[in-house]
Amino acid sequence: MTDTTIKKTFASRRGTAPLLMLGRAFAALWSSGKARIGLVILGLFVLVAIFAPLLAPYSATDNSFTRGDSGSPAHLLGTTGAGEDVLSQLLYGTRISLFVGIAAGTLATLVAVLVGLSWGYARTLVGDVINFVVNLFLVIPALPLMIVIAAYLHDGGIGMIVLVVVITGWATGARVLRSQTQTLRSRDFVTAAVFSGESSARVVFREILPNMTSLIAGSFLASAVGAILGEAGLEFLGLGDVNTVSWGTMLFWAQNSNAMLTGQWVLLFAPGLCIALLAASLALINFGVDGLSNPRLREGATR
Amino acid sequence: MNFVLKKVGLLLLTLWAAITLNFLLPRLMPGSPADAAIAKLAQSGPVSASVQAAIKAQLGVPTGNIWEQYVSYLGNLAHFDFGVSFTFFPQSVSSLISAALPWTIVLVGVVTIVSFVCGTLLGVLAAWKRGTWLDTLPTVGGAFVSGFPYFWTALLLLFFLGYVAGLFPRSGAYGATVTPNFSIEFFGDALYHSILPALTILITSLGGWVLGMRNNMINTLGEDYVTFAEANGLKPKTVALRYAARNALLPNLTAFGLALGAVVGGSLLVERVFNYPGLGYLLYNAVTNQDYPLMQALFLMITVSVLLANFIVDILYGALDPRTRR
Repeated sequence: MTDTTIKKTFASRRGTAPLLMLGRAFAALWSSGKARIGLVILGLFVLVAIFAPLLAPYSATDNSFTRGDSGSPAHLLGTTGAGEDVLSQLLYGTRISLFVGIAAGTLATLVAVLVGLSWGYARTLVGDVINFVVNLFLVIPALPLMIVIAAYLHDGGIGMIVLVVVITGWATGARVLRSQTQTLRSRDFVTAAVFSGESSARVVFREILPNMTSLIAGSFLASAVGAILGEAGLEFLGLGDVNTVSWGTMLFWAQNSNAMLTGQWVLLFAPGLCIALLAASLALINFGVDGLSNPRLREGATR
Repeated sequence: MNFVLKKVGLLLLTLWAAITLNFLLPRLMPGSPADAAIAKLAQSGPVSASVQAAIKAQLGVPTGNIWEQYVSYLGNLAHFDFGVSFTFFPQSVSSLISAALPWTIVLVGVVTIVSFVCGTLLGVLAAWKRGTWLDTLPTVGGAFVSGFPYFWTALLLLFFLGYVAGLFPRSGAYGATVTPNFSIEFFGDALYHSILPALTILITSLGGWVLGMRNNMINTLGEDYVTFAEANGLKPKTVALRYAARNALLPNLTAFGLALGAVVGGSLLVERVFNYPGLGYLLYNAVTNQDYPLMQALFLMITVSVLLANFIVDILYGALDPRTRR
């Protein structure tokens, strides 16, 4: 083989590798029964979020209907205490939860990757300081911190909630990624890269990073679940913008309009079920991701 | 001993950091509590300068530079002086907290330990009986239930068991007819009122322990010493409990310390749903009434409680695993 052909094969492999890897990862996920269920549920929620205006029978903020209807052909899931259609609110609410999950999950994972990798790779005193900060954020209870920050930044909208979730949610991922970086750091291929004169940044991001794709995916899924639950919790306490239509605010209004006394259990049941299903779908996908990084946890594997 | 001293040092450092964070938090935020209160008043009409000054005086706008503020903050803290609550004026913040603290500590503490023990045992069973219904049911069920928002589980239990079936009281920690004292009647009533909140925390936190323990256990079961123990013809029960589970327990204990914060956070929402008079319900009241002294003190108390619990877990870990004592 001549030099040029070798270069060519390498170039072509570089180009197609990410796509191939993605395809292979998806196939591996799909082969796990639990992850498959998760992917299907998540796919449904994504479709609902995209096509909410087509699927919803009414506008989510239209409050011109009979109040407190507990279910009729015109309003399949009834109407709220303020006279809005519950089904439409539920469909539109998917958008907020998905958005918060993806946005906060991505940002938190980004912080976790940057902190985790540089912290795991560098062997300096700074490492001890970062260690302390990460451990502090790990033990400080996230929800009370979220509540306090949200109370100071009063009347913030979704952006504030995403910010608060990122501040409180990056530490777990950073710690997991750091320990993996530490084990990879002393492997032969990393030593080889260092001796061939590659810069630290290149070693970290081109040599080490690709080897922890599944851990990063797992940490993204975990932060997304945390973000979705955190957002719902804050909104349930009335700490978000109570006028946005989301599953959390639906539960806030349900509790505050005494849906329990009027017996409108759908108002309580449906938004929470959606939150639980979305969170469960991500957790189920995470089972498959666990299997990618740890063959012992793969389905069908015997001990 | 060296190990314990090191942990105590770390605890003190972490406590200092948490206390300082609590000091910095309101100062990092845009605007002050007084500005917020004035803005709220301004919505219903113009606010005169004297009213503004009165609000600022009442909300205690800090004087002096940041170091003087920090020193006086630490001084007040040393005397457990957190100021006076706006909402429950003229009660002091420390008296409100000391009334609410026992409810949360007993409820969350007892339920968390019960949940950890049950979940860990179920996880051991699931890994040992891998592939059977004893594995699938707790894992899939656990994954599904652990995604339940705490407050939603609470709302459902309250609605179905409290309102529809009428089996349990719907709010509070004890009935209106009993007075808090050391009588059997009072304890019985308090226990009766705590069943729904306790059940909520148990249901939502159990799944996490099952999953964590199952995964650890599967990893340990793959180790050579387990195979060796089996080859030696030891009883399966001995292999499962004394060889595998004992070692798999250690990472789960670390997870216990870390998950404690999440359980405490979730129980705050549970208390709000059941109007249970613990720290969470107090925090909810403080936040909705913009009662900043109460809110800050509560955040500090909750953080310190979780830090202390983590410290205990760390010490316990050292006692269980000799390697960490080095």
